[in-house]
Amino acid sequence: MTIQEILMRTEGEIRCGEHRKDETVGRAFCSDLMSDVLTLGCQDVLLVTGLANVQAIRTAEMADISYILFVRNKNITDEMVQLARENNMVLIQCKSSMFKVAGELFTAGLQPIY
Amino acid sequence: MNFSYDIAGGDFVNAGQASSALKKILKSLNLDSSLIRRTVVSLYEAEVNVVAHAWSGNIQVNIQPDQICIVVSDKGPGINDINLAMQKGYSTASPEVREMGFGAGMGLPNIKDNSDVMELRSTPGEGTELKIVNKILS
Repeated sequence: MTIQEILMRTEGEIRCGEHRKDETVGRAFCSDLMSDVLTLGCQDVLLVTGLANVQAIRTAEMADISYILFVRNKNITDEMVQLARENNMVLIQCKSSMFKVAGELFTAGLQPIY
Repeated sequence: MNFSYDIAGGDFVNAGQASSALKKILKSLNLDSSLIRRTVVSLYEAEVNVVAHAWSGNIQVNIQPDQICIVVSDKGPGINDINLAMQKGYSTASPEVREMGFGAGMGLPNIKDNSDVMELRSTPGEGTELKIVNKILS
Protein backbone atom coordinates (compact mmCIF):
# COMPACT_ATOMS: atom_id res chain seq x y z
CA MET A 1 0.00 0.00 0.00
CA THR A 2 1.38 3.39 -0.91
CA ILE A 3 1.72 6.20 1.59
CA GLN A 4 -0.62 8.17 -0.66
CA GLU A 5 -3.30 5.48 -0.27
CA ILE A 6 -2.81 5.42 3.52
CA LEU A 7 -3.34 9.17 3.53
CA MET A 8 -6.51 8.80 1.49
CA ARG A 9 -7.99 5.93 3.53
CA THR A 10 -7.30 7.55 6.90
CA GLU A 11 -8.04 11.11 5.74
CA GLY A 12 -4.60 11.81 7.08
CA GLU A 13 -2.31 14.76 6.73
CA ILE A 14 1.37 14.28 6.02
CA ARG A 15 3.59 16.27 8.38
CA CYS A 16 7.01 15.10 7.26
CA GLY A 17 8.42 13.15 4.31
CA GLU A 18 6.13 14.38 1.52
CA HIS A 19 8.67 13.25 -1.06
CA ARG A 20 8.07 9.62 -0.01
CA LYS A 21 4.33 9.54 -0.80
CA ASP A 22 4.79 7.05 -3.61
CA GLU A 23 6.64 4.51 -1.49
CA THR A 24 4.88 1.32 -0.44
CA VAL A 25 4.60 -0.33 2.94
CA GLY A 26 3.45 -3.93 3.40
CA ARG A 27 2.69 -4.31 7.11
CA ALA A 28 1.51 -2.34 10.11
CA PHE A 29 1.78 -2.53 13.87
CA CYS A 30 -0.37 -0.64 16.39
CA SER A 31 1.03 0.22 19.81
CA ASP A 32 1.47 2.97 22.35
CA LEU A 33 4.06 0.87 24.14
CA MET A 34 7.50 1.64 22.78
CA SER A 35 9.23 -1.41 24.29
CA ASP A 36 6.72 -3.50 22.33
CA VAL A 37 7.70 -1.67 19.14
CA LEU A 38 11.36 -2.39 19.87
CA THR A 39 10.67 -6.15 19.79
CA LEU A 40 9.51 -6.16 16.17
CA GLY A 41 12.77 -6.89 14.39
CA CYS A 42 11.51 -6.17 10.90
CA GLN A 43 11.48 -3.29 8.46
CA ASP A 44 8.85 -2.19 5.94
CA VAL A 45 6.40 -1.40 8.75
CA LEU A 46 3.91 1.36 9.41
CA LEU A 47 3.73 2.18 13.12
CA VAL A 48 0.26 3.32 14.17
CA THR A 49 0.36 5.00 17.57
CA GLY A 50 -1.38 7.46 19.83
CA LEU A 51 1.84 8.24 21.65
CA ALA A 52 2.92 11.61 20.31
CA ASN A 53 6.27 12.49 21.81
CA VAL A 54 9.94 12.56 20.85
CA GLN A 55 10.48 9.04 22.19
CA ALA A 56 8.03 7.66 19.62
CA ILE A 57 10.32 9.05 16.90
CA ARG A 58 13.46 7.82 18.68
CA THR A 59 11.94 4.36 19.06
CA ALA A 60 11.12 4.22 15.36
CA GLU A 61 14.68 5.30 14.57
CA MET A 62 16.13 2.45 16.65
CA ALA A 63 13.68 -0.09 15.24
CA ASP A 64 14.35 0.95 11.62
CA ILE A 65 10.74 2.05 11.13
CA SER A 66 10.34 4.79 8.53
CA TYR A 67 6.58 5.38 8.61
CA ILE A 68 4.53 6.56 11.61
CA LEU A 69 0.82 7.32 11.69
CA PHE A 70 -0.40 9.28 14.73
CA VAL A 71 -4.08 8.76 15.51
CA ARG A 72 -6.70 10.80 17.39
CA ASN A 73 -5.34 14.09 16.09
CA LYS A 74 -2.46 14.08 18.55
CA ASN A 75 -0.20 17.11 18.48
CA ILE A 76 3.00 16.55 16.51
CA THR A 77 5.55 19.04 17.77
CA ASP A 78 8.18 20.85 15.72
CA GLU A 79 10.81 18.94 17.68
CA MET A 80 9.27 15.64 16.58
CA VAL A 81 9.15 16.77 12.97
CA GLN A 82 12.77 17.91 13.11
CA LEU A 83 13.95 14.58 14.52
CA ALA A 84 11.88 12.69 11.95
CA ARG A 85 13.32 14.81 9.16
CA GLU A 86 16.87 14.06 10.34
CA ASN A 87 16.02 10.37 10.04
CA ASN A 88 14.19 10.67 6.71
CA MET A 89 10.88 9.45 8.17
CA VAL A 90 7.30 9.91 7.08
CA LEU A 91 4.93 11.30 9.74
CA ILE A 92 1.17 11.20 9.20
CA GLN A 93 -1.50 12.61 11.46
CA CYS A 94 -5.20 11.67 11.35
CA LYS A 95 -8.31 12.27 13.43
CA SER A 96 -9.57 8.68 13.59
CA SER A 97 -9.08 6.28 16.48
CA MET A 98 -6.48 3.52 16.38
CA PHE A 99 -9.27 0.93 16.13
CA LYS A 100 -10.82 2.60 13.10
CA VAL A 101 -7.50 3.15 11.35
CA ALA A 102 -6.49 -0.48 11.93
CA GLY A 103 -9.80 -1.69 10.51
CA GLU A 104 -9.64 0.56 7.45
CA LEU A 105 -6.06 -0.33 6.57
CA PHE A 106 -6.46 -4.05 7.26
CA THR A 107 -9.58 -4.19 5.09
CA ALA A 108 -7.68 -2.41 2.33
CA GLY A 109 -4.96 -5.07 2.39
CA LEU A 110 -2.26 -3.87 4.77
CA GLN A 111 -0.94 -6.93 6.58
CA PRO A 112 -0.30 -7.42 10.31
CA ILE A 113 3.14 -8.46 11.55
CA TYR A 114 1.74 -11.17 13.82
CA MET B 1 37.45 2.46 18.70
CA ASN B 2 36.07 3.94 21.96
CA PHE B 3 33.20 6.28 22.68
CA SER B 4 31.77 7.72 25.88
CA TYR B 5 28.41 9.35 26.54
CA ASP B 6 26.92 10.82 29.69
CA ILE B 7 23.24 10.41 30.59
CA ALA B 8 21.21 12.68 32.85
CA GLY B 9 18.58 11.01 35.01
CA GLY B 10 15.06 12.20 34.23
CA ASP B 11 16.03 13.82 30.94
CA PHE B 12 13.48 12.19 28.64
CA VAL B 13 13.83 14.88 26.00
CA ASN B 14 17.38 13.78 25.23
CA ALA B 15 16.96 10.08 25.97
CA GLY B 16 18.18 8.13 22.98
CA GLN B 17 20.79 10.59 21.76
CA ALA B 18 23.65 8.24 22.59
CA SER B 19 21.90 5.34 20.88
CA SER B 20 21.29 7.52 17.85
CA ALA B 21 24.93 8.57 17.75
CA LEU B 22 26.09 4.95 18.03
CA LYS B 23 23.73 3.92 15.24
CA LYS B 24 25.31 6.48 12.92
CA ILE B 25 28.80 5.20 13.81
CA LEU B 26 27.87 1.55 13.26
CA LYS B 27 26.25 2.39 9.92
CA SER B 28 29.38 4.25 8.86
CA LEU B 29 31.33 1.04 9.56
CA ASN B 30 29.02 -0.82 7.12
CA LEU B 31 28.09 -3.43 9.69
CA ASP B 32 25.19 -5.82 9.17
CA SER B 33 21.86 -3.99 9.55
CA SER B 34 20.44 -6.65 11.87
CA LEU B 35 23.48 -6.37 14.15
CA ILE B 36 23.12 -2.58 14.17
CA ARG B 37 19.42 -2.79 15.04
CA ARG B 38 19.95 -5.34 17.83
CA THR B 39 22.80 -3.28 19.30
CA VAL B 40 21.05 0.08 19.26
CA VAL B 41 17.78 -1.40 20.54
CA SER B 42 19.72 -2.85 23.48
CA LEU B 43 21.48 0.42 24.17
CA TYR B 44 18.32 2.47 23.77
CA GLU B 45 16.47 0.34 26.32
CA ALA B 46 19.44 0.69 28.68
CA GLU B 47 19.59 4.44 28.11
CA VAL B 48 15.88 4.82 28.84
CA ASN B 49 16.33 2.72 31.99
CA VAL B 50 19.00 5.10 33.27
CA VAL B 51 16.88 8.16 32.45
CA ALA B 52 13.83 6.55 34.06
CA HIS B 53 15.40 5.15 37.23
CA ALA B 54 18.83 6.63 37.97
CA TRP B 55 20.28 10.02 38.87
CA SER B 56 23.06 9.97 36.33
CA GLY B 57 24.84 7.52 34.09
CA ASN B 58 27.59 6.89 31.61
CA ILE B 59 27.93 4.75 28.50
CA GLN B 60 31.24 3.32 27.34
CA VAL B 61 31.35 1.77 23.89
CA ASN B 62 34.28 -0.25 22.61
CA ILE B 63 34.19 -1.48 19.02
CA GLN B 64 36.63 -4.22 18.06
CA PRO B 65 36.84 -6.09 14.73
CA ASP B 66 35.00 -9.05 16.26
CA GLN B 67 32.63 -7.45 18.77
CA ILE B 68 30.83 -4.40 20.11
CA CYS B 69 31.10 -4.04 23.87
CA ILE B 70 28.90 -1.55 25.74
CA VAL B 71 29.02 -0.80 29.46
CA VAL B 72 26.22 1.32 30.92
CA SER B 73 26.82 2.34 34.51
CA ASP B 74 24.67 4.55 36.66
CA LYS B 75 24.41 6.14 40.05
CA GLY B 76 20.98 5.53 41.43
CA PRO B 77 18.77 3.36 43.61
CA GLY B 78 20.02 0.15 42.02
CA ILE B 79 18.05 -3.06 41.60
CA ASN B 80 17.07 -5.03 44.69
CA ASP B 81 16.25 -8.31 42.94
CA ILE B 82 17.82 -8.79 39.51
CA ASN B 83 15.99 -12.07 38.83
CA LEU B 84 12.69 -10.33 39.47
CA ALA B 85 13.70 -7.34 37.34
CA MET B 86 14.50 -9.69 34.44
CA GLN B 87 10.96 -11.06 34.41
CA LYS B 88 8.78 -9.76 31.61
CA GLY B 89 6.14 -7.44 32.96
CA TYR B 90 7.89 -6.54 36.22
CA SER B 91 8.51 -2.82 36.56
CA THR B 92 9.00 -0.17 39.21
CA ALA B 93 8.62 2.69 36.73
CA SER B 94 6.75 5.82 37.68
CA PRO B 95 3.50 6.91 35.99
CA GLU B 96 5.52 9.63 34.19
CA VAL B 97 7.78 6.98 32.64
CA ARG B 98 4.75 4.96 31.54
CA GLU B 99 3.29 8.04 29.88
CA MET B 100 6.44 8.17 27.77
CA GLY B 101 5.65 4.72 26.39
CA PHE B 102 8.00 2.73 28.61
CA GLY B 103 7.88 1.09 32.03
CA ALA B 104 6.00 -2.05 31.04
CA GLY B 105 8.70 -4.37 32.31
CA MET B 106 10.04 -5.25 28.88
CA GLY B 107 13.29 -3.28 28.85
CA LEU B 108 15.71 -5.75 30.44
CA PRO B 109 14.20 -8.79 28.64
CA ASN B 110 14.47 -6.82 25.37
CA ILE B 111 18.13 -6.13 26.08
CA LYS B 112 18.73 -9.84 26.74
CA ASP B 113 16.96 -10.80 23.51
CA ASN B 114 19.02 -8.35 21.48
CA SER B 115 22.47 -9.05 22.86
CA ASP B 116 24.84 -12.02 22.63
CA VAL B 117 26.11 -11.44 26.16
CA MET B 118 24.33 -9.50 28.89
CA GLU B 119 25.72 -9.05 32.38
CA LEU B 120 23.87 -7.06 35.02
CA ARG B 121 25.25 -6.13 38.43
CA SER B 122 23.72 -3.81 40.95
CA THR B 123 24.31 -2.47 44.42
CA PRO B 124 21.07 -1.22 45.96
CA GLY B 125 21.41 2.39 47.02
CA GLU B 126 24.48 2.95 44.86
CA GLY B 127 23.88 2.03 41.25
CA THR B 128 23.84 -0.48 38.44
CA GLU B 129 26.26 -1.68 35.78
CA LEU B 130 25.10 -3.36 32.60
CA LYS B 131 27.43 -4.94 30.08
CA ILE B 132 26.26 -5.80 26.58
CA VAL B 133 28.36 -7.63 24.01
CA ASN B 134 27.34 -8.27 20.43
CA LYS B 135 29.60 -10.30 18.18
CA ILE B 136 30.56 -9.10 14.72
CA LEU B 137 30.48 -12.06 12.36
CA SER B 138 32.88 -11.86 9.46
